Amino acid sequence: MKITVNGTPADIAATDLGAALEELGYGKARVATAVNETFVPAAARAAQALSEGDRLEILAPKQGG
Amino acid sequence: MTAFYGTEIASPLMLGTAQYPSPAVLAEAFRRSGAGVATVSLRREAAGGGGAGFWDLIRGLGIPVLPNTAGCHSVREAVTTAHMAREIFGTDWIKLEVIGHEDTLQPDPFGLVEAARILCNDGFRVFPYTTEDGILGGRLLEAGCEVLMPWGAPIGTGLGLNNVYGLRTLRAQFPDVPMVIDAGLGRPSHAAQAMEMGFDAVLLNTAVARAGDPAAMAEGFARALEAGRLAHSADPMEPRDMAAPSTPMLGLAVLE
Repeated sequence: MKITVNGTPADIAATDLGAALEELGYGKARVATAVNETFVPAAARAAQALSEGDRLEILAPKQGG
Repeated sequence: MTAFYGTEIASPLMLGTAQYPSPAVLAEAFRRSGAGVATVSLRREAAGGGGAGFWDLIRGLGIPVLPNTAGCHSVREAVTTAHMAREIFGTDWIKLEVIGHEDTLQPDPFGLVEAARILCNDGFRVFPYTTEDGILGGRLLEAGCEVLMPWGAPIGTGLGLNNVYGLRTLRAQFPDVPMVIDAGLGRPSHAAQAMEMGFDAVLLNTAVARAGDPAAMAEGFARALEAGRLAHSADPMEPRDMAAPSTPMLGLAVLE
């Protein structure tokens, strides 16, 4: 399934967000996620189905002012 | 010390964590200044990226963290970013930025109020990056904000307090609301001026991180803030146009 991850095209086998994070190599990383511009809490990732063309954002703590 | 949403901070310096030459310099700047709050952000993470190291560094500072929505231009972006920040940083504090113009980084007042209302209703404790406009400040308070963060000058300019009259008016209009001067400060004297005017804290980043010696500059800001706070509490004299001798005229010798 072709989706977009942080603005870059990706081809994944996973069909839900939790599995997709594992497949993409994020494992237990401290990240927050959004699908199609909507926040998906960590506890809801396994139940969040992904579809062709979905836009996934994976964010982490960074420097800020 | 002023409390922000019921939390007293150890210092009126809210210090950003971006643009330092190295993590070690960042940590030293926080140590020497005794900053009371660290501001942080969320950005895209590559698989196996280094976000964990930064987070460990920030947690090691042992002070409250204030995540921001920097770079967000729409209400939806800002609200979604705030939700992501709440989960990842484990705090309901959010420095709300809804940027209205790419060049000036001026807040979008209309989007700011709308986003503030949504987030306050959702349990966030919102620190809105706003202007010195008193009507806008009132709208933000009505939306549920209990803190205002007017800019001193546009982000990253180092110009200081651009509109002293406007800021003084805002301070007088809402005397009991905790207020933080956020953005635009370049020198410790700017921070001292803000505290002398009765503001409760300042939030800055570039002025420290881009200094030749960030740790020394951070300490300079901390000392200036303390000086300004003392001056405000000491009830400064009113300026006057005409000179007035400080040395008594009584007893002056007649020598001509």
